[in-house]
Amino acid sequence: MMPLTTGLASGLAPERIVLDNGAVVLVQETTTTPAVTIDATFRSGSAPEPADLPGLAFLTGRVLDRGTERRSADQIAEELDDRGVSLRILTTRHTLGISCTCLVEDFDDILSLVVDVARRPTFPEGEIAKRRAEAITAIRQDDDNPAVRAVEAAFELMYGADHLYARRAKGTSSSLERVDRDAIAAFHRRHIVPAALCLAVVGDVRVQGIVDRAALELSGWDGTHPEPVAVPSPPCPTVRRRRIIGMAGKSQTDIAYGFTTIRRLDPRYYAYWMMNNILGQFGLGGRLAENIRERQGMAYYAFSAFEPNVGEGPLMIRAGVDPANVKRAVEAIDKEVRGLGSEGPTPAEVTETRDYLIGSIPRMFETNQSIAAFLQNCELFGLGLDYDRRLPSLITAVTRDEIATAAAEVLRPESASVAIAGPDEAEG
Amino acid sequence: MALPDTIPARAGIRTAQFGNGLTVLVREVHTAPLVSVWCWYRVGSRDEGPGRTGVSHWVEHMNFKGTVNIPRDEMKGIVERFGGMWNGYTWIDQTTYLETAGRQAVDQMLFIEAERMHNSLYDPVECESERTVIISELQGGENDPEQLLDIEVTATALRVHSYRHPTIGWIDDLRSMTRDDLYGHYRRHYIPNNATLIVVGDVDADEVLGKAEKHFGAIPAGHDVQRLRLSEPPQLGERRVNVEREGTTAYLKLAYHAPAVADPDYFPMLLLDAVLTGAKGLNIWSSFRGAPPQRKARLYTALVERGLASVVGGALLPTAQPFLYTISMTAMNGVDLDALETAAIDVIDKVRAEGVTEQEVSRARRQLLARLVFENDSVTNIAHQLGYFETIAGSGFLDSVPERVAAVTAEHISDAARRRLAPSSRTVGRFIPRAAR
Repeated sequence: MMPLTTGLASGLAPERIVLDNGAVVLVQETTTTPAVTIDATFRSGSAPEPADLPGLAFLTGRVLDRGTERRSADQIAEELDDRGVSLRILTTRHTLGISCTCLVEDFDDILSLVVDVARRPTFPEGEIAKRRAEAITAIRQDDDNPAVRAVEAAFELMYGADHLYARRAKGTSSSLERVDRDAIAAFHRRHIVPAALCLAVVGDVRVQGIVDRAALELSGWDGTHPEPVAVPSPPCPTVRRRRIIGMAGKSQTDIAYGFTTIRRLDPRYYAYWMMNNILGQFGLGGRLAENIRERQGMAYYAFSAFEPNVGEGPLMIRAGVDPANVKRAVEAIDKEVRGLGSEGPTPAEVTETRDYLIGSIPRMFETNQSIAAFLQNCELFGLGLDYDRRLPSLITAVTRDEIATAAAEVLRPESASVAIAGPDEAEG
Repeated sequence: MALPDTIPARAGIRTAQFGNGLTVLVREVHTAPLVSVWCWYRVGSRDEGPGRTGVSHWVEHMNFKGTVNIPRDEMKGIVERFGGMWNGYTWIDQTTYLETAGRQAVDQMLFIEAERMHNSLYDPVECESERTVIISELQGGENDPEQLLDIEVTATALRVHSYRHPTIGWIDDLRSMTRDDLYGHYRRHYIPNNATLIVVGDVDADEVLGKAEKHFGAIPAGHDVQRLRLSEPPQLGERRVNVEREGTTAYLKLAYHAPAVADPDYFPMLLLDAVLTGAKGLNIWSSFRGAPPQRKARLYTALVERGLASVVGGALLPTAQPFLYTISMTAMNGVDLDALETAAIDVIDKVRAEGVTEQEVSRARRQLLARLVFENDSVTNIAHQLGYFETIAGSGFLDSVPERVAAVTAEHISDAARRRLAPSSRTVGRFIPRAAR
C-alpha cells in the first residue's frame, strides 16, 4: 500500500449547488478512506413544534426511518444492515438531521434510502408506539442522571420554563403520550421539505456524479419552508438564581452554572469564543480546571461550554464533585468567573488561546463526519464556503480588550443561574 | 542508535527498533496537515495485585503532572499552542498517551512522550491532589447504574483473573496507596523496551525516525517486565448478582467467558456478536460511540422490536487474555426483568441449538468489513489501531483482521456459540431500581 496522498492541506474546497426546489447540495472530496458520509440536515428541530407538544420533533425523527411509501421498516433494516450502515437521526433546537457513513460502492443505494426516509415516511402506528415507549424510557433514564437534571434546571433558571431553549428536546412522558400520528405527519409535511434541506456529502467521491444523483433523488419533491421561528431574547437576570435537586443513592454531585450570552451571528462571537476558551477549555478546562481540578483536586471534570445559536445561547460551566465539596467548588467557580469578568485575560492567555484556536482548524477536518458537521454549520448560519480560510484572520483580529469586554458583559456571579443535583438536598 | 527495519516491513508502515528496545511504527498519511503520536505501554489494570488496584490509571494521571524538563503548568500548553489535542487512557491490558496536532508540532509531541517515559516527577503534593480527583472520577461513574452493574458482573464472572477489578481501582486501595507505590509502578513499566511509539500523518517517515531517535534513543532500557499471569478456572454453574439502588430504570446484563483476540474462537465469536447485536468493529477508541447496524440482529428484533428493551448491545472487546463477552439491555419502562431475561436467553438457546444461517454470516461479514473501513477514517484512529493491536496481539495481527473475518464460516460460529454460550458459563446481572424515598 502506498502512502495516502492528496487532500485538505490548503483547506476545504466544497462545491455548493442549489437545486430548483431549493435544496442545497454541498460536496467535499476526501481520500482518507473509501467511505462517504451523507448528512441531510433540515432547518427544523424542536423550535417550531407547538409549545404544548414538546418532543414532537424528537419523536418524528425517531419514526422517520421506520417505513416509507417504497420501503417497509423491515426492508430499510435489511438495506442498512447489509451494508454495515447505521442511520443517526439527530434533533436539535433548530435542525433535524439524518446522517450516516457508508462504503463508496454503496453510496447510490444509501443516498436513495436517506432521501426516501426524509421524503416519503409513512409513520406506521405500531412503529410510533414502539419508539414512543423507547423515548419515555430514555426520559426516565435522564431523570436518574444528575448531570442531565442539573443542566436542565440551569436552562430553566436562565431562560424561564416556557422559553423554547428551556424545553426538553425529548419532551416529557405525558407530552409524548399526546403526540399522535396526525401531529407527526403534519410536522413532517410542514418542516421536512427540500427548501429546508442541506445535503452534505463528504468522502471519496466525484462532485458531478454526486450532484446528478442528488438531483435525481430529490426531483419532483417540492414544498415551501415556513418562516423560521423567532427566538425570543431571554430575560435579563438581575439576581442570582439557584436550584437544588436531591437525588438519593447518587455518589457525586453535578453543578451546572450558567449565563445566557449572544447569538451566533453577533459580531462579538469571536471574542466570546476566545473568552470561553480561556475560562473553561484551554488544556484540561481553562482557569476553571486549573483551580478546581489541578490546584484543589476537587473534580475529575470542570469546564465551560459556549453554545451560541440562532437565539442567544448559553455559556454553561460544569463540574462533578464530592457532595462534601459543593460549597467550595461553587466558590471556586465564582472566583474564576469574577476574576476573568473584572480583570479580563492576561496577554499570554490571549496569545495561547489565539494560537490554539487557529492551529486547531485542521483538526476540525480530520474525519468525513466532522467536515460534514462543519459544512452544515456554515450553511445554517450563512458563513460562506471560504469560512475555514477566513477563520484565522477573524480570530487574529480579536483584541484583548474585546475579550475583556465580552467577559465583563457576561461573567457576573451575582447574575448566574446555579443548579446542583446530587445526593444531598441541602448542599451548596 | 536506530536500527531501521529490523522487523519485517509491513505494507505502508516503516518499523524500527531502537537499541534500548523501543519499537517505532510510522505511517505516512498526507490527506490533511495533521500528525497523531501515540505512546503505548504494556501495562494495564491486569498487572495490579491486591491492595494496588487502580495504580496503573493513577500513574497515567500523574504522567500529566510535570516532568524534569516540563513544569506541570506548562505540560498542557505545549501541544495546544499548535492547535493540538492530547489525552490518554488506561485499560486492562495497556496504557496509552496521544497527541494529534499540526505537522509542525511533531518534535514537541515526541519530546513530551520521551519526557513522560523517563522524567515524570511524582511530586508528593501532586500525588495527594490527584487522589481526590480520581476518587471523584470513580464517584461520577457510580452515578451511572449501568457502570455499577458492569463492575459487579465483571467481579462476579471472574474470580481469579486480574481483569476482574475495575481499571479505576477499588475505593479502599485508592485511599491507601502511597506516592512510592505510584512511583515504583512507573519506574518498573515505563521503559522503552515495554513501549511502542506510533506516528501517523503528514510526515516523512525517515525524518520522524530520526527525531524519535533523538528524543528516545538515550533513554536506558529497563529490566524486562514480568506481567502478572493468572488463569481463570472453568466456571461450573450460572452465577447471579443483583444491584439494588435508587433509580428509574432496570438493566440486565449477561456475561460469558470470551476468547482472547488471538484465540481461534475470537473471530467466530465476533461474527456471532454481529448476528446477535450488530457489528461494532474493533476500535475501542471510536467505534463504540454510536449505535451499530443492528435492526436485523437477533437480539434487537427479539427484544427492542417486541417492546421488551429500549436498547441492546453486545461487547466482545479485543483483549490479550480471555475476558468476557457481555450483552447489555435496558428494560423498557414497565417491563419486568424476568420477562426480559427469559426472552434474551431464548435467543441464546436458539442460536446454540440451531446455529446461524448463511445469510446472517454473509451480512455479519459485510458489516464487519465495512466497520473496519469506517474506524480508520482519521490519522488519530489509524494510529490508535496500529498501537492497540501491536500492544495486545503483536506485530502484523491488525493486517490479518480482514482475512480472519472473511474466513469465518457458519459452522465456526455455530460451534463457538454452542461451546461459549453455555448456561454454566453465564453470569446474570440485574440492576433493580428502588423508588427514591
